[in-house]
Order: sequence, then C-alpha cells, then structure tokens
Amino acid sequence: MSNDALDRTEDTTDYEAVQASAEFTELRRKFRAFVFPLTGGFLAWYFLYVACAAFAPGFMAHKLVGNINVGLIFGLLQFVTTFAITIYYVRWADRVFDPAADAIAAKIEKDAR
Amino acid sequence: MSATFAAALPAATQVGSPAVNITIFAIFVVVTIGIVLRASGTNKTAADYYAGGRAFTGRQNGIAISGDYLSAASFLGIIGAIAVNGYDGFLYSIGFLVAWLVALLLVAELLRNTGRFTMADVLSFRLQQRPVRIAAAISTLVVSFFYLLAQMAGAGGLVSLLLGISSTAGQNLVIILVGVIMVGYVLIGGMKGTTWVQIIKATLLIIGSFVMAVWVLGKYGFNISNVFQGAVNSSGSEAVLNPMKQYGKSVTTKIDFISLSLALVLGTAGLPHVLMRFYTVPTSKEARKSVEWAIWIIGGFYIMTLILGYGAGALVGSKTILAAPGKVNSAAPLLAFELAGTFLLGIIAAVAFATILAVVAGLTITASASFAHDVYGQVIKKGQISADSEVRVARISAVVIGLVAIVGGIFANGQNIAFLVALAFAIAASANLPTILYSLFWKRFNTRGALYSMYGGLITAVVLIIFSPVVSGKKNPDGTSAAMIKDVGIDFHWFPLDNPGLISIPVGFLLGWIGTVTSREFNARKYAEMEVRSLTGSGAEKEVANH
Repeated sequence: MSNDALDRTEDTTDYEAVQASAEFTELRRKFRAFVFPLTGGFLAWYFLYVACAAFAPGFMAHKLVGNINVGLIFGLLQFVTTFAITIYYVRWADRVFDPAADAIAAKIEKDAR
Repeated sequence: MSATFAAALPAATQVGSPAVNITIFAIFVVVTIGIVLRASGTNKTAADYYAGGRAFTGRQNGIAISGDYLSAASFLGIIGAIAVNGYDGFLYSIGFLVAWLVALLLVAELLRNTGRFTMADVLSFRLQQRPVRIAAAISTLVVSFFYLLAQMAGAGGLVSLLLGISSTAGQNLVIILVGVIMVGYVLIGGMKGTTWVQIIKATLLIIGSFVMAVWVLGKYGFNISNVFQGAVNSSGSEAVLNPMKQYGKSVTTKIDFISLSLALVLGTAGLPHVLMRFYTVPTSKEARKSVEWAIWIIGGFYIMTLILGYGAGALVGSKTILAAPGKVNSAAPLLAFELAGTFLLGIIAAVAFATILAVVAGLTITASASFAHDVYGQVIKKGQISADSEVRVARISAVVIGLVAIVGGIFANGQNIAFLVALAFAIAASANLPTILYSLFWKRFNTRGALYSMYGGLITAVVLIIFSPVVSGKKNPDGTSAAMIKDVGIDFHWFPLDNPGLISIPVGFLLGWIGTVTSREFNARKYAEMEVRSLTGSGAEKEVANH
C-alpha cells in the first residue's frame, strides 16, 4: 500500500474490529434505516410529479383559485417537501445520529493512544 | 435554457448604457480582487490552496455552494425559459432543487469524512489507487470542461450584449478578459479566494433577484395570480400556465423531458466542483449545515424564478425577449431594464457577470486540483511529492485550463448553454454518481466495477449526445437548423432524445454491478476503515491551524 496517500503510518486502529462491533452495526443500521426510505420516498414523489406533468397535463392545468392551478401547487409542494425533509433529517442527525457516531469516534481515538 | 446569446449581435439592439455597465463590472472586479488578495495572505499549505484550510463555517460554505450552483444557466436560463415557455421552465427549478436531497442524505457528510481534496480521494479509498484515480480525474476534467465551456460561451454573449460589442473579435477579447480575471482569482486566492468570490456573488444574486421579485409583485398588487394573468394576456394563451407547452409535442419529447428530469435530479451529487466544496469545512456536521443552507438559498432563489420568469413574460413579453440579441437568456436583464431602467439593468448585468466569473473560478480550481493531486501527485509521482510542488503544479494547471477555456469559449461562442450544462449533468450522473454510491454503500464493490461504471457511463453519455438531435438534425419550425451543426444537409443523428440520461445513467449503474460481480477483488481492511470513518468521522482530515 505504499502508493496509498490516505494510509497513515501512525494509524493502528483495528477498523475491522470496530466495524464488527455491536455499537457500529447498530449505528449503520440506524443510518440506513433513516436515509434509504427517505431517499426512496422523495425520488418516488418527484417522479410522480414529473410523470403527471408529462402524461396528465389536463389534470395539472385544472384551476383551483384564480390562475393558480394543480400544477403550480404540485410544483410548490416539491419545494415544501424538500425543505421539510431537510429540516427533519438535520434534526434527526443532530439529536440521534451524532451522539452515537461521536461516541464511537471518541472510543477509537482513545484506543489509538 | 434553450438558447444562448447569439454570436452575431446586431449593433443597434443593445440595451442600457455601456458606460454604466462597464463601471459596475469594474467595481465588482476591483472589490473582489481586493478581497481575494486579503484572503490569499494565509495560503500556505496544500489544504489551504485546495480546501481553503477547511476553515469555512457551514453557513459560509452553504452560501458559496449556492454561488457555485446558481450559474448563468440558472439565473439567465431558467428565468428566460419560464418567460418564454411558461410552466415547463419551472420544471428545471424543481429538478435542480430536489437534487440536493441526494447530496444531503447520501453523499455530503460521508464524503467529507473520507476524502481530502478531490472526488477521486473517496472513490479510490478502498480500491486500487492508480486506475481509479485516473478514471475519476478524466471524468472530473470532462464534466468540468463542458460546464466551463457553457459559462465561457455565455460570458462572451452576455457581456458583449450589455457592453454593446457586436464584432466577433470584440467578443473574443471579452472572453479572453473573463478567462484572465478568473485565472487570476484562482492563482492568487486558491480555494479561499474563490470561495469569497462565490459568497459575494451569491449574496448579490439573491438580493438582486429579491428586489426584482418584490418589484414585479408590487406592480401586480402583490397577487401572484395577477402576475400569471399578465403573462397570459401578454402571450395570448393560457398554455404558459400549464405543463408541456414546450415538451408536449410528441411522445418522444415527453420521454426526453423525463430523461432530462432524471439527469437533473441525479447529476448534482456527482458534480466534482460541488463535491469539492464539502472539503472546505472542518467537520461532517459543518458539511451537513452547508447543504442545509444551500437548500434554503437555492430553494428561495428558484421560487423567485417563478415570479421573475412570469413577470418577464408579462412585462417584457416573449416576442420582445426572443427578438432581443440574447434571445431567451435576455429575459432577466430585459426585465430589470423594464422595471427601473439603466441603473437596475447595470446591477443585474453585474450580477450575471459575477455569476459567470465565480462559477468559472470554482470549476477551474476543481479541474486543476484533480489534475495536480490525482494525476500528477498520486499517479505520476506515486504520492512521493511535496505539498509545495503539488500546489505549484495545480497553479500551472489552472493557467493551462484557463487557456483551454478561453480557446474553447471562443470556439463555443454562440452555442447553446443548456446543451453544454445538461451534458455536464448527464455525464456526472452517469459516470460519477453510481461509483460514489456503490463505493459508500455496497460492500462487494471493487475496482473493476468502478472502472466499468465510470468509463461506461462517461462514454455512453458522450456518444449518445454526439448522435443526438442537439448535435445534428434538429430543425426549427421554419426549417432552419436548431442543432450545433448549422448545415441542415448534415444529419447523422440516430438517438432520438436530446438528453442521454434515461439510457446512460442506468447503464452506469448496471456496468458498475456487472464489473463488480465478475471480479473477486475485495479489501476487507480498507472497506472497514472507509465505512467506520465515513459514518463516525474518526480520522477525518482536520481544519488547518493558521496563525
């Protein structure tokens, strides 16, 4: 691994042991259980919108109030969900994910000394 | 986003006062160069040059990301597309924004935790260094090059229009000037200087757009429905309020629209110049905060594009916009001129100019870092190189890239910005994103998978574009050519779609899978290190202590 710029000679951490530990597998499970369904959800919601725009323009053109039609509301809802998912994820990451991740990182640093 | 400033500008159609425009441009350049000079005082190490010492806060970096992302295609292109094509232009805004969730949830933090300077750092982490770095560097250079060409071509047209320069030689001089200023930013300021230019530009862009949006709303009694009515009256048809005015012509154009939507939503998290920005903050938490800020700013901006686009449609009118020298891209400057005359036009023109300079500087530093760090430092010199000489190579690369961009920009002057930007997004989504995601989340992933995916995605995307109607064969309703090749007799297209994403993105993912399952390579130790570091932040590159 002599050409490996990211290898540090002083790094003696047994990453495989950390990776196999119960705390880490729980952290990974928690992370994936949160972000994967959310990703699937917003992509499905986005492509539903794209499909409606492409194949149901009549539905999208239906007027609700004044010149405000379904398409505009649907489009603005994409903004709303994007902002909502951002807030939801950042709150979760700050409160749930970070403490668990920091605890493992602190343990690694301590063991390395 | 369907046309760029035409190369041949009729001399009589310039708007506003060139003297005012030149003065405002000059003030912007002088002020930013001053700030870049100040920022450069603390550039010492490679981490300073490439990553701004990793000392920016999440909020600063979020603003800079917005500055990087809201390029001429967004500011001039989307507003123009809404003004002319109505609702279909708004679809771009939505795709460009939703795309940020991919970066937020799956990429930004994990990338910050595992890399140092470039995208290739992460991709080659647990794979064989040399082949993967070369592939990642090639892909970075290709994506950045097409993005760069689009900005340079836009710069020539935009500045020429606003300064009243109609001769080709004069426009080429403008492109050379833009190239020289942008290389100056990068050489003097490195990532720190570039970041500050982006922060200033994003702030100006948001303030300028906000003022115009409020102004437009004020003209219509702060009732958005009345703005829409104005656009309907001006265009003479309700079609501007409904989707598929532009893309509804046939099943093929609808599929093309879906292909574009896919490339937009998956391209962002694979753009090397966006990814590199995550290294300018000290921790993955700040990277998260960066994306959070970027989403608020970019989202806010795209909501304003709705008001500005329909406002331009209503107040200027699509006929006037299309008849102007910049065609569809002139909507925003024309709206400014319509609202408040010469002075606001000068401000908005300066914002557009700042946009191009900042984005071009960001692309140049990304491309030069990729060459110096990945190709020269790690592959040619095998990591046996001092940080000083690597930075020296990066500076030389920046000059070379600047020259290439100037020559390419002169060559591409008058070409379609959207074509080049959509190509960059499609290549990023096809060649980069599959490898980034596989490498972060798929245990089995290996070198062969990465190479198949990157080269396969890259080649598929580029080949499909070469044989698409955008390069040859596309015609306007009046029979003239709407393609890059203006001779209607030359038509070698066989791929029906303008955007290759619908085919090339799945191909990139599929080839990554095929390459992986046909190779036995697996480095359990590096995989464990990468996964632990990416999630916990242990061992991540630290902020550089200056002073």
